[in-house]
Amino acid sequence: MTKIELLSGNDAVVKAAITAGCKFYGGYPITPSSEIAEGMAKELPQVNGKFIQMEDEIAGIGASIGASLTGAKAMTATSGPGFSLKQEHIGYAIMGEIPLVIVNVMRGGPSTGMPTYPAQSDVMQARWGTHGDHELIVLTPCSVQEIFKLTIEAFNLSEKYRVPVILLTDEIIAHMREKVEIEARSEYKIIDRAKPTVEPENYNPFDTKHGMVPPLAPYGEGYRFHITGLTHDHTGFPTSNPDLVEKLQERLRDKILDNKKYFNWYEERMVDDADIVVVAYGATARSAMRAIKDARLNNIKAGLYRPITMWPFGYENIKKIAKTAKMILVVEMNLGQVKGEVERAVAGTKCKVKFLGKANGELITPAEIGTKIMEVMNV
Amino acid sequence: MYNENIFHYLRTNKLPHIWCPGCAHGIITASILRGIDKLKLDKNKTSVISGIGCSGRTPGYLDMNTLHTTHGRSLTFATGIKFANPKLTVIDVMGDGDALAIGGNHFIHACRRNIDITAIIFNNNIYGMTGGQYSPTTPVNAYASTAPYGNVEPPFDIVKLATGAGATFVARGDAFHVALMDKIIEQAISHKGFSVVEIMATCPTQFGRRNKMKEPYQMLDFVANMAVSIKKWNEISEEEKEGKFPVGVFVDETRSEYCESYEENILKKVQRGEK
Repeated sequence: MTKIELLSGNDAVVKAAITAGCKFYGGYPITPSSEIAEGMAKELPQVNGKFIQMEDEIAGIGASIGASLTGAKAMTATSGPGFSLKQEHIGYAIMGEIPLVIVNVMRGGPSTGMPTYPAQSDVMQARWGTHGDHELIVLTPCSVQEIFKLTIEAFNLSEKYRVPVILLTDEIIAHMREKVEIEARSEYKIIDRAKPTVEPENYNPFDTKHGMVPPLAPYGEGYRFHITGLTHDHTGFPTSNPDLVEKLQERLRDKILDNKKYFNWYEERMVDDADIVVVAYGATARSAMRAIKDARLNNIKAGLYRPITMWPFGYENIKKIAKTAKMILVVEMNLGQVKGEVERAVAGTKCKVKFLGKANGELITPAEIGTKIMEVMNV
Repeated sequence: MYNENIFHYLRTNKLPHIWCPGCAHGIITASILRGIDKLKLDKNKTSVISGIGCSGRTPGYLDMNTLHTTHGRSLTFATGIKFANPKLTVIDVMGDGDALAIGGNHFIHACRRNIDITAIIFNNNIYGMTGGQYSPTTPVNAYASTAPYGNVEPPFDIVKLATGAGATFVARGDAFHVALMDKIIEQAISHKGFSVVEIMATCPTQFGRRNKMKEPYQMLDFVANMAVSIKKWNEISEEEKEGKFPVGVFVDETRSEYCESYEENILKKVQRGEK
């Protein structure tokens, strides 16, 4: 039976995490994400789960990775400055292929910036914040309902692909309260990581004999194995053999990119006949939605493309739009992060890319987007 | 000290180890394994975790649930592992720079939390793997690659630090007095709560070479001569204590352990429907 609740975005993360089967939260308080920690502290013991407030952000994600290795679905949540601190261990989880969900409620930066004001300035940090070549999955919801849905998907993807998945929200949708429809747990598709089917003596934690994402045994169940942040072979032990390292690097990339079609999520509104397509995500997409409707009333054929999966980026989706639209207007609460990716996507087409962005702690309003649409369309 | 029973705890196909000739890390590792053997720990239920540095390579040689983590942060992973599955015996091996410099914050908080993990610090007074830079335990006036004129920073006293931070078992041994080391490591692993064992180790390659002790026996002699039993320590004068350190068990007390406390005070309360 569908239950209807009035929830904030951060509340929705908590509800959805529990629904997804999350059993461990390690974190550190930071505005504007703290309600997630508070909610998990309350809810996890109800499902026999564990909550721990660690000594810092790095420790919060470290403990969550450790818990994940015992087989528990684990998560942490943070915001900009804390997200910077967590980057070291995001890299570790990528290298060790350890499932983990990280929620980053974006706020103004750089540094301490504007703790209680919104921003969308961590799009690139989410992609490239940790050092080294790597792929990971980043989701950008735009409503409380969608936060609920994508939190479950974040756990699913993380378990399925043995990769950290980042849920990138912003201060607006995190603190905004909306009606959320919640189904019984059995109505949701919940994915648990594959466990090994081989005997312990034949188990290798990075063995790709049966697919690009090897099963992960939990510590303590007879499968003794080693994980390191060093480059390693299929057994998990360090190697610097260039052939083996190359194989590892390529697999870490390909296990995400080759499966992209399964999570290439986006929303399009009135794109087919649009002369101008606004590209916006998160809270900004809500303003953009209104702006394109208003533009249509003014006889401007405007549409919206909203990336739901931010990374890997939907270059091919944008490229398709660029074949028919004259112009793309990227709108984001930063000084131009997704803009660059859109430019890469449309390169070689006649479609022009325009930009509206600000990083002053203010939401971009429908009127501002409307004015920009009129300006760039020379109306 | 030769004990064949420890071989089955080793991943013998990963040997020989990477440690330099004369390094004490192998001596300490064997001592840990003798402790594990004496306590008859199930390797399937034992997890050994490390950070980065020479000590960080220890878990790779042990046939258990092993994790080689990031520099200084091993206790955070260990905390997650132990808390999520308290049935596992968790041993965390760290170096001096690892545990006390980059990992200092994690170290004191693990002591305070009193989670049932055994932390063994391989203290060779130097950053060995990166080339002999001075660490938080390098003695004053000792030479290091980043202290070419001698070190001017006072070192941490690990025993006092761990005691002050709340660890419920604190001991110090050295790589020369192996019988004592075996005894305290075994005691530390069986202790319920956060146990800290500092083992004074030797690094002839990076510390000894710069401090007129390039031969392994010189460094072992150096450590052996500095170690004084706690009993004797309390009898000698301040002058005689100069340049020496007490070895033995300093703290062995019972305080509520973190995982048990969470179980008793939170999980059971929730199950009973109490607030």
